[in-house]
Amino acid sequence: MNRLRWFLWGAVAVASALFALFAYQLSQPKQEFVQSAMVGKPMPAFSLPPASSSRPGLSAADLADGTPRLLNVWGSWCVPCAAEAPQLDALERSGANIVAIAIRDRPENVDRFLEVYGNPFTRIGRDDISEVQLSLGSSGVPETFVIDGTGRITYQHIGDIRPEQVPKILEELRKAGA
Amino acid sequence: MRALLLFLAALLAAPLAAQDGMPPAPYAYRQLDDPAQEAQAAELMATLRCLKCQSQSIADSDAPMAGDMRHQVRTRIAAGEEPEAIRAWLIERYGDYVSYTPRMTAATWPLFAIPLVLVVFGGIIIAKRMRRRT
Repeated sequence: MNRLRWFLWGAVAVASALFALFAYQLSQPKQEFVQSAMVGKPMPAFSLPPASSSRPGLSAADLADGTPRLLNVWGSWCVPCAAEAPQLDALERSGANIVAIAIRDRPENVDRFLEVYGNPFTRIGRDDISEVQLSLGSSGVPETFVIDGTGRITYQHIGDIRPEQVPKILEELRKAGA
Repeated sequence: MRALLLFLAALLAAPLAAQDGMPPAPYAYRQLDDPAQEAQAAELMATLRCLKCQSQSIADSDAPMAGDMRHQVRTRIAAGEEPEAIRAWLIERYGDYVSYTPRMTAATWPLFAIPLVLVVFGGIIIAKRMRRRT
């Protein structure tokens, strides 16, 4: 009889522990974004034609020339990308070298966007079928990667860069050797 | 009446503006010519997560990015790549989350082990009771 009672209390304890675990997990904020597993790894090989009439295209070799850079994955059709434009300008004024990949975009639309929101980019590659975006482990626009001088990805920022996040991005760029 | 029409037109326009204007990737909606290869691709696509609409597989989603992922899967299969190699390529980039097929890893092995333990445990209890009765 005594043994049965201990067994029942044990079952209650196990069930309570499970419910406590569920309650804890349900109260945690949902991870909405898929982090890239490529952070810390070298940039995959790629070569993209220019996406605008004013800047050259982008290849993996351009990212391994000794200069740490920001790589902005973006699209002229993407609204948060327009919201992020002043922050990219601020980053450029602070000395960041920023290159971009335009996802599923037409050159005339890219040119119009850059005219309206400014052009902080030194190079813009054109990725019509999200091929390079997929090989980067990026799951949306906008996203910003920090690439060190050897072409290794050191940091990923998901979503538009808010004004208060600019210092963090600059710090990550400094850590990458800028 | 005019205001209502304008309102309805605005309802139509907003979702359009949210999408890019590019045509889908060549193999986003086109099946491979070889039925055997297409079957392989379809099976794989049903078990890969759409990253934009995370509760759907890329086979179920009309998001442009899901179309681009289907294009990747189909062209890679047409080029002779094994479906599991393509899955591994995506997991290398997005982590296990991109695949709907469970894998046994350092973090997931208890999910596979616990049912076995419970079956063995239950078997022991039943065996003990049977013996007591006889």
